[in-house]
Amino acid sequence: MGKIALAFLLMLMPFGGFAMAQESVRIAYIDTLSGGGASVGVARLKAFQFLAEDVNAKGGILGKKLEIVPFDNKTNAQESVIQAQKAIDSGIRFITQGNGSSVAVALTEFVLKHNERNPGQEVLYFNYSSIDPVLTNAKCNFWHFAWDANSDVKMEAITNYIKATPSIKKVYLINQDYSYGKSVRAAAREMLAAKRPDIKIVGDELHPMLKVTDFSPYVAKIRASGADAVISGNWGQDLALLLKAAGSSGLDVNWYTYYGVATAGIPISLKQVNLNHKVFGVTEGIANVDYAPSREFEKRWRAKYGEDFVLFAPRQVNEIRMFAAAAEKAKSFDPIKIALALENMEIDVFDGGKGMMRKEDHQFFQPLYVASFGELKANEPFDEEGTGWGNTVVAKIEAKDTLTKTSCKMTRPQ
Amino acid sequence: MLELVIISALNGVLYGLLLFLMASGLTVVFSMLGVLNFAHAGFYMLGAFFGFQISKWFGFWWALLLAPIIVGLIGAAVERFALRDIHRSGHVAELLFTFGLAYVIEEVVQIIWGKDPVDYRGPPSLDFPAFSIFSTNYPSYKVFMFAVSVAVFVALLVVIKRSRIGLVVQASLTHPQMVAHLGHNVGLVFTLVFGVGIGLAALAGVIAGPILQTQSNMAASLIALLFVIIVVGGLGSLAGAFVASLLIGLIQTFAVSLDGSLASLFGPLSPDAPQFLIRNIWTVTIAQVAPIIPYALLILVLILRPMGLFGTRET
Repeated sequence: MGKIALAFLLMLMPFGGFAMAQESVRIAYIDTLSGGGASVGVARLKAFQFLAEDVNAKGGILGKKLEIVPFDNKTNAQESVIQAQKAIDSGIRFITQGNGSSVAVALTEFVLKHNERNPGQEVLYFNYSSIDPVLTNAKCNFWHFAWDANSDVKMEAITNYIKATPSIKKVYLINQDYSYGKSVRAAAREMLAAKRPDIKIVGDELHPMLKVTDFSPYVAKIRASGADAVISGNWGQDLALLLKAAGSSGLDVNWYTYYGVATAGIPISLKQVNLNHKVFGVTEGIANVDYAPSREFEKRWRAKYGEDFVLFAPRQVNEIRMFAAAAEKAKSFDPIKIALALENMEIDVFDGGKGMMRKEDHQFFQPLYVASFGELKANEPFDEEGTGWGNTVVAKIEAKDTLTKTSCKMTRPQ
Repeated sequence: MLELVIISALNGVLYGLLLFLMASGLTVVFSMLGVLNFAHAGFYMLGAFFGFQISKWFGFWWALLLAPIIVGLIGAAVERFALRDIHRSGHVAELLFTFGLAYVIEEVVQIIWGKDPVDYRGPPSLDFPAFSIFSTNYPSYKVFMFAVSVAVFVALLVVIKRSRIGLVVQASLTHPQMVAHLGHNVGLVFTLVFGVGIGLAALAGVIAGPILQTQSNMAASLIALLFVIIVVGGLGSLAGAFVASLLIGLIQTFAVSLDGSLASLFGPLSPDAPQFLIRNIWTVTIAQVAPIIPYALLILVLILRPMGLFGTRET
């Protein structure tokens, strides 16, 4: 009896999935939902679901409901490919992922292969956060779209800021010892040499990734070098521990980082060691940007998930808005038509201003902000992680000033 | 340069002392059980999180007192109600048990406190620079860590070498049957030693938590290093664990400060040398390989002196 019931259930299941597909458009969220990076992955998932609710409250996209379907890739390249196949088998045509460039490279290659082998069943890959420049250069393809500024673009923004700050004379580079850290360091050297040839690079450190528990020896070395500014692409505990060690030993330098503002876990560490407006970060938006719609959104978000749960990724909002706009422009959910509609599309980005998806490499360009973290100033309503401190915009870099060259040569579908 | 040397030496010794707090318990428990306790670093993490929670409720000083005791009691309970029974099934079962326990602790910590680092701070009364060397502030909290570690080391040494309890413990480690026949409760001694060892690891967690990051993966990165220390020092030897901890603390700290590479020693390679492997090895700096130096040391010790620096038996 039990077996027969089970057989019936199994028979019914595919029909259930089919019926769902009819009334909603689904995006597979393939990201890290367990293990070390889960805190980030879960937060981003909540943000996507929050956005989907927003879209659906306004009637959905082309009359269909937007649904985010989570898949756990365990921050593992192989697992991501398996999960992507699973998503495609269940009829999903849009994949989004963001954490881990190794995962992103595997996914973009998988999607390219899949689309070559299965014409008529193309899949699009929306990358909201992986910033290895290789994704929009050597390994670019028609099916991949990147919403976060890639590592070279971010360095362009940081070095532009340094160019305008003549007090910086000696720079120390410290990065993680793997492909991403090396590309950050190479970009920093090249751009500093071009924009501020008078700056001396007094140290260039590569440390093991996610293995160092005590950064005080590195801090002692930075101090001995006499640097007045440090550039670092570090993320996660490598950034938190580095800044903590620096703060507690009283090292007085400015930190120019990719993830020093707008990353979970960092504000708490900075408040602890009292690094007040010493750490700068580059991002596409922070809560305190003076722009009414984004502030209103942030308020609703915090009301739902708690005061210390900060929306760190405005790029996700841009992604969903552009997806909706492209579908409406193409009047279809056909992936090829949506991809073509996305190319060169201009939108008003989440934190105000215009952004554009460049056709040549499918890299999104948007105004970037250099911000610092510390005591709140006037007209800055949002703190971070309940610390009482928040992010202050110190410079805005227009999208046109962040355009980098690309070596991308993609083949478009005929 | 002098500044770098002094600061590195201070940092290295402090890091070494912290490692010793953890390794001391681990090495004694090894002599007792005959297996490595994989969950040891997990108790260090529990110490840090309990310290965080108690200091949030009652203040840091209570945390310093209570967290090691509570975690030590948990450790003693684990020995009494689980490990002792499993002991009969042999070493493999014990090893697997501690291995599983390490995972359970990590998951439980994640369920309760989440995966993000928690905001764990030292006491405000120690929130000032103790002294400055040239231009570096040395935080008084670190001086406090120093004092606690040294005090624990001295206390341990006195108890084990000079007191009656120490005599019984030492005897139980090597000749448990004989000690039992003399009328001592060997089971109780084992529970006590296990509990104190775990308590020391927890103490390390409580005092290291505010300086290092208190988060749910802090145990995993440490356990391998602890194994290196107790093998290099000699399994079961407290003095060995002490020397090896300081040695590894200093080596790791100083290696980071050195930028030398084979290229800077012997000059650059000729341009037609193969890029693969050789060129990479030639240009890598000592600072870059700092984290693998302890493991290289482990291999050397196992080859040249398998009983460890101060050990008395083969590993």
